[in-house]
Amino acid sequence: MAEFTTIGKRLAMLDAPAKVTGAGLYADDLKLPGMLVGKILHSPHPHAHIRAIHTEKAEALPGVHAVATGQDVPRPYGILPIGHDECVFTPDKARYIGDNVAGVAAVDAATAERALELIEVDYESLPAFFDPIESMKAAEHRLHADKPNNIEKEYHHVFGDPEEGFLEAACVREDHFYCSEVTHAAMEPHATLAAFDADGRLTVWSSTQVPYYLQRTLSEVLELPMSQIRVIKPLIGGGFGGKSEVISVEVAAAVLARKAQRPVKICYTREEVFYAHRGRPITIIDLKTGVSREGKITAVEARVVQDGGAYCGYGPVTILYSGALLNAMYHIPNVRYDGYRVLTNKPACGAMRGHGTVNVRFAFESQLDMLAQEIGIDAAEIRRRNFLQAPCMTVNGLRVTSYGYPECVEKVVERSGWREKKGKLPFGKGMGLAGSHYVSGAANPIIRSNMPHTTVNIKVDRDATVTLFSGASEIGQGSDTIQVQLVAEELGVSVERVKLVAADTDLTPVDLGSYSSRVTFMAGNACLEAAREMKRQILEVVGKRFACPAERILFRDERVFCPDDPERAMSFEQAVLAALDAPGAPDARALVAKGTYTPPAEAQGGKFKGAGVGPSPAYSYSAQVAEVTVDPETGQVTVDRIIAAHDCGRALNPLSVEGQVQGSVWMGLGQALQEELIWEKGRLMNPSMLEYRTASTLESPPIETILVESVDPEGPMGAKEAGEGSLAAALPAVANAIYDAVGVRIKSLPITPEKILKALREKEKQSKGTQKDEPAGI
Amino acid sequence: MNKQVIRLRINGQAHDLAICPNRSLLEVLREELSLTGTKCGCDDSSCGCCTVLVNGMPMLSCVMLAASYQEAEITTIEGVAREGQLDPLQRGFCEAGGAQCGFCTPGMIITARALLEANPNPSHEEINQALGGNLCRCTGYTQILESIDRAIQLMRIHREAAVGR
Repeated sequence: MAEFTTIGKRLAMLDAPAKVTGAGLYADDLKLPGMLVGKILHSPHPHAHIRAIHTEKAEALPGVHAVATGQDVPRPYGILPIGHDECVFTPDKARYIGDNVAGVAAVDAATAERALELIEVDYESLPAFFDPIESMKAAEHRLHADKPNNIEKEYHHVFGDPEEGFLEAACVREDHFYCSEVTHAAMEPHATLAAFDADGRLTVWSSTQVPYYLQRTLSEVLELPMSQIRVIKPLIGGGFGGKSEVISVEVAAAVLARKAQRPVKICYTREEVFYAHRGRPITIIDLKTGVSREGKITAVEARVVQDGGAYCGYGPVTILYSGALLNAMYHIPNVRYDGYRVLTNKPACGAMRGHGTVNVRFAFESQLDMLAQEIGIDAAEIRRRNFLQAPCMTVNGLRVTSYGYPECVEKVVERSGWREKKGKLPFGKGMGLAGSHYVSGAANPIIRSNMPHTTVNIKVDRDATVTLFSGASEIGQGSDTIQVQLVAEELGVSVERVKLVAADTDLTPVDLGSYSSRVTFMAGNACLEAAREMKRQILEVVGKRFACPAERILFRDERVFCPDDPERAMSFEQAVLAALDAPGAPDARALVAKGTYTPPAEAQGGKFKGAGVGPSPAYSYSAQVAEVTVDPETGQVTVDRIIAAHDCGRALNPLSVEGQVQGSVWMGLGQALQEELIWEKGRLMNPSMLEYRTASTLESPPIETILVESVDPEGPMGAKEAGEGSLAAALPAVANAIYDAVGVRIKSLPITPEKILKALREKEKQSKGTQKDEPAGI
Repeated sequence: MNKQVIRLRINGQAHDLAICPNRSLLEVLREELSLTGTKCGCDDSSCGCCTVLVNGMPMLSCVMLAASYQEAEITTIEGVAREGQLDPLQRGFCEAGGAQCGFCTPGMIITARALLEANPNPSHEEINQALGGNLCRCTGYTQILESIDRAIQLMRIHREAAVGR
């Protein structure tokens, strides 16, 4: 008998029919009677005092129902308890071009836009900071009065003895890396609909990855008890982290709805989405790594500066991830990390797929290749020599329970023909290898509490319909389907029998949200616990009836039975009725069970300042080989092939896992080669989908995926994360392949044709300098 | 601005509407007719989410004035399924993972439909050419290609079954 009936199947997503027919509803598709259109007034100045705002003319415009400014909602908020530094409408000071200054609700978009033009703001322009290094020198005019030198947060960590480690090294490299800013560019722009009912109770439908945090923030800012606020997550058109903290539009809609006493919907334009941002910051990395003659890493030292933009957001978490997840990939006995999160007069950065790890991983895996070359060993081999011996605890307190990385490396080496081809390709063709990893959920919540990270309820009715109530947020990654699959598998019923009520704070228990790749692991484990409790209730009755110990009874194929006795069997429906109608059963109408998930204490990390970020109950791993063609005349890079092996613990739904891995790799390729936010004195030069240039079908190679199943001891049915861990490896795999192809090492992202050409010319100049007898020419 | 009465033919049905002549087809579909399957991803004709068929041609409804298309036969994603049965393309996108968040999916399916009408057996290169104006941020396009391959396979099975009968 196969181990599973539903798990491991390539099931279509449950909401796929709604998506392919256009019937599925996203926030912008919703409409209420009397609904008004909201629009936001943004600051045209990167840094300015607001001396006065005159709204009278806007208010007098026919069709305008409400105008709101910072005076209406002065309470600051922020996703981190230590970073409540922004307001829905900034009351006194604009800190970036695009900062929210006022909002209007009107009968239609044209009227709302006209009203925005009628708002008069008296700005007093201030000197602004656009460069993080310059910003750190600021003596006056700092962005926030309580942040000297415009440093949001800095962390300094030392584990082991880095000095000693570097003394032991046979080869030490120091390199400087620069990574440009990139953004999520989810296809769905942010949208929020807010409505108060006659009792003053607020309902908000919003494009959010974190309904619970949105409910909390609304409560704090509007000064309403949480019980008076209902947040409903409709379909979400992609998040990638861009909807994982509260975006001011989500609160602005509620503020305007309260003032106008009418429902208000606000949809950001694409340009507004770019300025709302919260993407991956400009990251400046000075990395030093030492290796022994055999290629064993002896010490690592990293100094990382991130250009965080004007507000805190997730900033301290990002800069901590950059340091913490230097570890848990390879055995590193000694580490020093200095991380600086700096404020500048640009839109705030935040969490983006692979949060905090991607740029540092690009640097690390690039440098590891350089070290391998210097000591004369193969790029795959140097990685093998530094594998962790899992289970283990890293020097910075990360617990690694399962580690499929070695198998990932072997699989991509084999599939790519690495041994046969590497180093033997003609000039202009190259192949590169790299690895990456990611957390399966953060072991510590954003707001410290003893509350479980996820709670779910399961109800089984008399007709044996199973309903799962889960607060987890499907954002396109397939987590709704995975939860239903897990419940169906555990209860031994078909997927069709399980109905899902999801992400509605009135109906579903608290789940912390879709971020840090936590849903499959955490909500999945809560689903299993609830299903097991449901089985226990049924077994209490059925076990007696079968006169058979409960552990010998199976739930499978819509039946409950003892495998060794065909007489002792009944359908799932019969078993449910038996349990409901048993003498002394608490409620004959429905069976109810609860499940929760809290990460184990030993997974929660050390005690030092900043130790809370990085620990996870499990880590995913990825290894990739990229093959590229580089045109030495134009510097143009074509990725001919990319193979990604991802250790997801167990592939609960391989179709879905492959989709996640492919999407991650592809997004990594975009950052590697073409994506970049271009700033000019705080103004974004490319705030549109054409100019920001996410890759189209014409620039996207097929992505080959290999799933490695290390079966994590604590993952739901052994599963770990799948949606982020493969992103980071794509960047260094391509950079290493470019080096292999044309012999130039690009340490600055994105790797544009211009940078490659410049490096090729410099290389040519250098070789001419050393070989003077050679004839000139290309 | 004064409203104007126009007649649009959408998914085989005529609609008489009083609208301002500056309104885009996308706005009219979504706001006047509640055909919200057609999505707005960018407002400036760069993402492809708002693609509809106009006399069989995929076009971007965000940059079309509704009043200018009164003679045209317009098909939106809501008009793709027939009698409650998913079209092979829709089934392909379900079965092969072509829709993750689903926001680009209506536009993708509409564009792919125009392609398959003209060329029932396109190569991957031809599919990539046809879909070049439809951006997706979730899939990396691999499963979108596989979804269209699956649709082509389903259509072939349907054709063969029809011949067999």
